[in-house]
Formats: sequence, structure tokens, C-alpha cells
Amino acid sequence: MYELKGVTRDYQKGRQTVHALDGVDLVIEDGDWLAIQGPTGHGKSTLLQILGALDRPTSGTVLFGGRDLTRLRESQLTRVRATSIGFIFQSFNLIPTLSAQENVETALVPLGVARAEREERALRALADVSLADRGRHLPSELSGGQQQRVAIARALVKQPAVLLADEPTGNLDEGTRDEIMTLLEDLWKQLRLTLVMVSHDSIVAARAQRIGLMENGRITVGARPTHPIS
Amino acid sequence: MFITYLRRELRRRMRQAIFIALGLALGIGLVITVTAASAGVSSSQGTVLHSLYGVGTDVTVTQTPTAGSGGPTRFGFGGGNSGSKPSAGTSFSRSVLTGGGLGTLPSSDVATVSGLKNVSAAAGALTLTDLKLSGTINAGGSGTGAGGAAGASGGRSNIKSSSFTVTGVDLSNGALGPLSSGTVTSGHNFSSADSTSNVAVVDANYAKAQNLKSGSTFKVAGTKFTVIGIVSVAQGSTSADVYIPLARAQALASMKNDVNTIYVSAASAADISSVSSAISGALPKATVTTSSDLASEVTGSLSSASSLANNLGKWLAVAVLVAAFGLASLLTVSAVSRRVREFGTLKALGWRNRRILSQIMGEALAIGLIGGVAGVALGFGGAALVQALAPPLTATTQASSAAAPGGAGGPGGPGGPGGGGFARAAQSAGHTVSVHLTAPVTLGAVLLAVLLALAGGLVAGSFGGWRAVRLRPAAALARVV
Repeated sequence: MYELKGVTRDYQKGRQTVHALDGVDLVIEDGDWLAIQGPTGHGKSTLLQILGALDRPTSGTVLFGGRDLTRLRESQLTRVRATSIGFIFQSFNLIPTLSAQENVETALVPLGVARAEREERALRALADVSLADRGRHLPSELSGGQQQRVAIARALVKQPAVLLADEPTGNLDEGTRDEIMTLLEDLWKQLRLTLVMVSHDSIVAARAQRIGLMENGRITVGARPTHPIS
Repeated sequence: MFITYLRRELRRRMRQAIFIALGLALGIGLVITVTAASAGVSSSQGTVLHSLYGVGTDVTVTQTPTAGSGGPTRFGFGGGNSGSKPSAGTSFSRSVLTGGGLGTLPSSDVATVSGLKNVSAAAGALTLTDLKLSGTINAGGSGTGAGGAAGASGGRSNIKSSSFTVTGVDLSNGALGPLSSGTVTSGHNFSSADSTSNVAVVDANYAKAQNLKSGSTFKVAGTKFTVIGIVSVAQGSTSADVYIPLARAQALASMKNDVNTIYVSAASAADISSVSSAISGALPKATVTTSSDLASEVTGSLSSASSLANNLGKWLAVAVLVAAFGLASLLTVSAVSRRVREFGTLKALGWRNRRILSQIMGEALAIGLIGGVAGVALGFGGAALVQALAPPLTATTQASSAAAPGGAGGPGGPGGPGGGGFARAAQSAGHTVSVHLTAPVTLGAVLLAVLLALAGGLVAGSFGGWRAVRLRPAAALARVV
């Protein structure tokens, strides 16, 4: 799925140059579940942004499905995100004025899906996360766990090739955290997703196949999968 | 999704949306009110000019009076020139029609002007004063010279005088001239067959004062005339008391081939200037006045209202509108800033910049349109208020008789100076017209309001959209985390 070679990302902060990523080499196979851990400020989110085509590296190559993302125009990157990449955020990031169903539909808008089909697919996605009866509720009327389920439905409704999750349980209590992680694991298995997750929580990270450790802009990835998908 | 998202977003920040819309409404309402007031002032100015000119007149041609101009004024008392010297104790009553010292033009000039390029019509008029003197010659008195307004001697006299204005109108062109702005309220107007008849159309105010009505008879220069109609002139004190056919006026005043004003209508407003120049070329000694010349001489509260509407009013409206646009833009940018996370998420989902921009523009345009509708309502209200509360305005021209025909001065009075007194009185006459200010809201003003509303929305949306489009997805996502 992904092959990163010598990826660096530098930022200017005043007079200083910050090396957020310092020569990252990483291979993520189809169907992998990789959890990335590490101290704050060591490049975890930056790496996720590069993987998600939300940012460009300063140097290096990022192959995604055989295409080098670093050579694509902005409009092409937008297209890649629309069709192939699903995101889940720590703060859920639902549109507050749209209902649960409408939030899920926002992922299908860039694909030009007709209204009727959009509604149908959104309802099915909500059903997959056991929220079919909450489609008309606004985010403010849902619990944290429910909001994250809606976000997962939104991420998966377009059947992406990869799911990127940034601290997906960071704002949830223990019980809900386990609920969400179980849901993610089930979906990963069912849909044969490639899942890359950033998490401070070791219990959450331990669920993944492999764990990568980010330190000073470099990643060290653990051994091959301990539990196969099939 | 577009409409749903737009509607929900406006509902979420309803207070801010209302605030922006109200600001736009205020600016737009002010523009409409000022535009309506300006239109009303222009209309009032037009009314004033019409009252001075008559409807349809674009140019007037007059002649600067010279000594002895305006036709002879003889009362037949002798005194060296005509008639026999009256003896003491003689009672007399004399009525003459005099030009009052106004300059005259030959009637043939009307045809000359009429034949010029871009002149659609020309009509002559002769404005006169019927002056009546009556009384008894005192013992020891002597008459004055010819042209004297009073044939009586110095010392005490029991001579009474009265006068009224008479205008001879050209019946071959009823659309031009002093009667064109009048409305016949009783009887009928002249027909072309009346050109040599002793018939008159009388001003409504004069008719009321003299107890005249259709069918009544009265005398003009001692000749009996029959009233065929009563006319109300819409505005102005420049209307004559009595209108008679031009040929009869010329005959009674012994000014057979004279007129003292030529009214000219140009083919179009764009031709007025060229027509004016052509007339000056054809009649180099005449005074040619256009409506804009006369407009520049108008003083009074109407003139002040015009300055107020066109200067202060216009700039105030522009200032408020600019402020409203600025406020709308700032608030829209602020709203976009608060939604950085939202737009970053949409970009992460694959929404293109142009889709996000259209969402923001749509919201801004919707607020703009709401402001526009409210602004139109405010504008109508403001215009109605102006119309209801504005005091009557006055317009005065200090023009000489050469520029403002009609309304000759009064007689010199018994024992007073001769015919020159008429000329002096005529030259110093000003014309004051009272008008009520209207403030019509035109379709053009409403369309302007709609355009301004859309422009306001576009400006605000552009600033906000630019802000959103500049967002790097990673930067927005970083804010998320």
C-alpha cells in the first residue's frame, strides 16, 4: 500500500528549522494494521499527514498504490483523499450543523454520488456501526462514542483503501474506548482494510498487528504481524 | 447538501447573519431614500422649470429690452403727442394693453427658429399688461407727455389704477407655451379657429377673484372678450391672469408683428445645446436661455434641498454602504476563522477548494439578499417619511425679464414715471414657486438595491472564501489535533 523512502519534513519556526521527519523509510502492506506511538512532538501527526496526502514532504518519495504522491498536483491529491483515504480524528470533527446521516454523506459529496444513493449508502454505513436509528440526530445530541462511530461510518462509507486514525479513542472513556477499538478491529477484519493509527494509549496500540515507535522524526517498526487477518 | 448546509449554517449563526443583514439593509435603504429624494428634487426642479417655461419647452428666446420697447403706452390724454388736453373736472377711464418694457422680437423670427435643424416646434407669445386708469382730472392739473402712465397733474389726484396680465398665445402650436402646463377645469381651451376671435381663457385664481366663469364677458384694453375656459396652472406665479389669441393681443397692443418670447422644443434632450447655438447664430441679438441656464439661477429651499440630496445625502449613503460592506466582510472572515477545523475536515474528506468557496459565497450571498430585501423595505419607508415630513420647498429665480418671461411688473402709478417704470419693474421681478417634495422610489432604485445586496454578499464572501481557500489541509488538521 505505502512505501516511503527517505522522507523528510522541515518547518520554519522563526529562525529555527524544525526537522519533523528526518529520513523516514516505511513499508505498509495491504491489510496491515500499524499503530504509531511516541512522545509528543516527534513527528507522529506529521507522518500521518504525509500518508494522508494532506501535506508534502520536503524530500523523499511517498508511493501510495504505486503512485508517487510527491509528484501529484494539489487537485490530484484532493482526488486521492476523496476516493482512497478515510480519516478518523481524536475530536471526531463532525460538522455540527449536519445530522449524523448528513455527516456521513459529506464523504460522498466529492465523488458526485446522486442524492438518493448517497442517503442509502449513508444509512447502511450507520447501520454497520449500529447507529441506524440515530441518523437524524445532530452531533450535539450524541455521546462521544456515538460521535466517533459516526466518524468511522463517514470514513468507511466510500470504501477507502486505507483508514488513518489520529488518536481515535483520545477523547473517550475506557468503556467507550474498548467499544470503539472492537468496532475498528471488526471492520479491519471484515473489510480487509489497511489501518494506520496514532495512539498514546499502549492498550489501544497493542491491538494492532505492528507497532511503530516515532522518535526525533524517525520510525522504528516492530516485528511482522502477530495475528494474521484471515 | 449545498442548500441544507447553507441553511443550517445561517441558522447556527443567526444573530451574526441578522447583524450583517441589518448593516447592509441600512446602507441600501439609505441609498434608495437618497436616490428617491434626489429624484423628487429633480422632479420638483422640473416642475419649477415647467411652471416658468411650460411643458415641452427646452429653450426660450427673448430680447433684452431697449428704451421705449414693449410697445406704445398711450392713454389718449394728450400732453403733447396725442389726444386733446382734458379740462379740470373731466372724468375718464382708460384701458391700454402694454408690453411693459419687455423686449420684442418680430413674429417672423418664430418661423426662422422653427426652420432650424433639430427644432421640433416653436411658438411665439406676447405677454402684456392691461392697465386701466380711471378717475377725475383735478382743477389746475395738466396731462403728462405721451407714454405717461398717469395723465394727471401733480398734487392730489383721485386716479385709480388696476391691471392684470394678458398673454397672447400662439394657437397653431398648443403643445408649447405658457398654457401647455395648465389644466382646463371648466369650459374648453382655444381651438385653431379662435385665432381672430375675442375669446379668452382665464386663470382659475384670477377668475375666482373677478367672479368670472365660462361664458362671462370682460374687457381687455376696452374690448369685450368672452371667457371660454378656466385654466389651472399646476405650479408657479408666472401664469398670466388672462390668455387670448396672439393675433388679438398683437392687434390690441398695436404690436402687430411682435412677440416677446419664443418657446422652442428640441427634437431630443441631446439636441438642446446645438439648437441653442443655432438660434444664437440665426438671431444674434436675442437672448437664448435653456432649461439648464434657468435651473442654475434657481435659488431658495429647493436649491438647498438639491445640494443636500446630491452632496451630503449621496456621500452619507456611500459612506454607510462602504461601512456595511466592510463590516460584512470582517464578520464573514471571522466566521470562516472559527470554522477552520470544519473546512480542514472537509478538505481531508476530499472537498475541493471551489466547493468550499461556493459554500461560503452562498452563505454570504444569502445574507446579502436578506439585507437587500430589508434595505428595499427601509428605502420605501424612508422615502415615504421624506415625502410626509418634508416642508414645502420654494424656488426663486432672480432672472431678468429676458430670461423669465411673463409676470411683468405693476404700473408706474398716478403721478409716477412713464412707461420706463414698467420696464424697471419687469426687470427686477423674481419668480417664486412653491413645490411639495416627493420622493418616488423607481424600479431602477430597487434594481440598484438588489445589485448592491449581491455586491455586498460577493465582497464579504470573497474575503471569507479567500481565507478558507488559503488554508492548508495539514494546517487545519493540525488545529484539529
